[in-house]
Amino acid sequence: MTETSHGVGGLTFDKSKKAWPNELNVLFALVIIVVIFEILGQLLPYMNDQSFLFDTKDRFGSIFNEARLKIIILQVAIIGIIALGATQVIITAGIDLSSGPLVAATAMIAMSFAQTELVNGNPNPKAIFGTWAMDLPVIAPIVVGLLFGALIGAINGTFVAYFRIPPFIATLGMFLICRGIALWWSSGRPVSFPTESYKFIGSGMMPVVWFLSLAAIFHVILKYTVYGKHTYAIGSNEEAARMSGINVKRHKVLVYMIASMLAAFAGIVLSAKASTAQAGMGEFYELFAIAMAVIGGISLTGGRGSIIGTVLGAMVLGVIRSGFTFIKLDGSYQLMAMGGIIIAAVVLDQFRQRNRV
Amino acid sequence: MSSDLVLKTEDLTKHYGGVHALEGANFEMKMGEHIAIMGDNGAGKSTFVRQITGVEQRTRGKVYFYGKEVNFTGPLDAREAGIETVFQTLALADDLDVSDNLFLGREKTKWNFLGPFRRLDYKAMREDTMAGLVKTGVKIPNIRNSIANMSGGQRQCVAIARTATFASKLTIMDEPTAALGVQETAQVEKIIATLKAAGEPLILVSHNMRQVLDLVDRIIVFRRGRMVADLKVSETNGEDVVAYITGAKTGAQFEGAA
Repeated sequence: MTETSHGVGGLTFDKSKKAWPNELNVLFALVIIVVIFEILGQLLPYMNDQSFLFDTKDRFGSIFNEARLKIIILQVAIIGIIALGATQVIITAGIDLSSGPLVAATAMIAMSFAQTELVNGNPNPKAIFGTWAMDLPVIAPIVVGLLFGALIGAINGTFVAYFRIPPFIATLGMFLICRGIALWWSSGRPVSFPTESYKFIGSGMMPVVWFLSLAAIFHVILKYTVYGKHTYAIGSNEEAARMSGINVKRHKVLVYMIASMLAAFAGIVLSAKASTAQAGMGEFYELFAIAMAVIGGISLTGGRGSIIGTVLGAMVLGVIRSGFTFIKLDGSYQLMAMGGIIIAAVVLDQFRQRNRV
Repeated sequence: MSSDLVLKTEDLTKHYGGVHALEGANFEMKMGEHIAIMGDNGAGKSTFVRQITGVEQRTRGKVYFYGKEVNFTGPLDAREAGIETVFQTLALADDLDVSDNLFLGREKTKWNFLGPFRRLDYKAMREDTMAGLVKTGVKIPNIRNSIANMSGGQRQCVAIARTATFASKLTIMDEPTAALGVQETAQVEKIIATLKAAGEPLILVSHNMRQVLDLVDRIIVFRRGRMVADLKVSETNGEDVVAYITGAKTGAQFEGAA
């Protein structure tokens, strides 16, 4: 295209203000963190020259330490699914705190429709419903779980959009409500013994398959559909979006519904992976999901952020967690490091913002 | 009424409680005309514009648009009828690019059976954006850059190009150059001249006397909520207009009005 071949006036375009894709910064940070752990693996006296990511001892017959790569992504996949929804909510300048407890509530409810009638020839000791709900096709718990998520999301979205309750407050309330539902559902007892087909949803690398497929789908949706464009427009300038004829309220409800359905699906995958559902599941998941989006370069004031960024943000958290295990530092250090990195990500974002126009 | 009128108002009135912000405005605009609305702060200019564009609901009176009586219930209604307004506060989404902003809320799409997830037709929108920019003479080096990276002038140009892209039947600009520098003002003025040459009717709300005398055919002066003068630019001058604005003079046909 020949954009400069026409026109009048003397306006020039400052090329230095051209936006550098933020995803590249996150990728760069990811590489640096990997390099740091590689160096630590060589330097720390108790590490015996181990490589963090590479298969130097030729245990896998490939370039990379495949076991580590799998663990890195597997341990962030389920929270990553929630983060895909958190990303969309934050792009509209909202926030969803209810997703962690929603994971637990959905796990309990969905698992109740996925139980087997007999466990080792005996009746299921954890049965929630009668025989009518036993050995149902796997679609039943999935549909029930997603409908529950859609309902919670619709309530969140309605309070945010139509009653103008700040998203932080509306979803904080729902945070407590969902944890309450999870505890109330089976009076605090776990729900267990699912069908084989239900277990398959969370078996092996299936969580990673779900995470990456959903990431691909929502990347396309955010970039190439009207839904995506309006999501960014609302977060960027809600008044302009309204003046342009976008039904802002209805759109927000849809965004919160999608986010909650993703969290509900994460609950299904998590319970399938664990073969049990417990009311305490998903603790801090909402915060880690938000952290992934933030590390991925999202702006909490809305309008900016991407699925690719969030996936990279998830990878950063996964690498840090795996790296601390690698250098044999326990969870307390991991939490401190992750906290530091979240703050650093926001500080860098503020810095970037200030350097704009 | 004659059909060569773009816009006609009869006894257009707006009261905010006891405040008579606009009183009995009878306004007529012919095809292809560029009209400026002038007056002091609080004279009723913006109130007049808000009644025409459906941002507010009038207290009394009638509005005819291309010969048909209209009752816009909101700014979207007015826009669908063909009235494009460039507001003082730019209604642009900073994080989107030029063509995204031009088509915001009326995107060109494919695969419409997908409902909210229908696909954006970026190619068609970018082509139309280029056509709109050429038509208005707006120069933007890269339409795929987000608005956030643009100067105030470029942003204003995008807002104006939006009106031109959609073949509007009437363009209203509310102080389009109030916040711009000299060079950027010149750019916007050239766009207005381009619209004039293309025969597109325009209402310009402005405080800038030089700009108004350069650009428009007629000047309507408001004072204390009433129309007090309807001047052909070719038959008036700056001093004269100022006299009407300040109240030193009142147009013959408006005697007794204010």
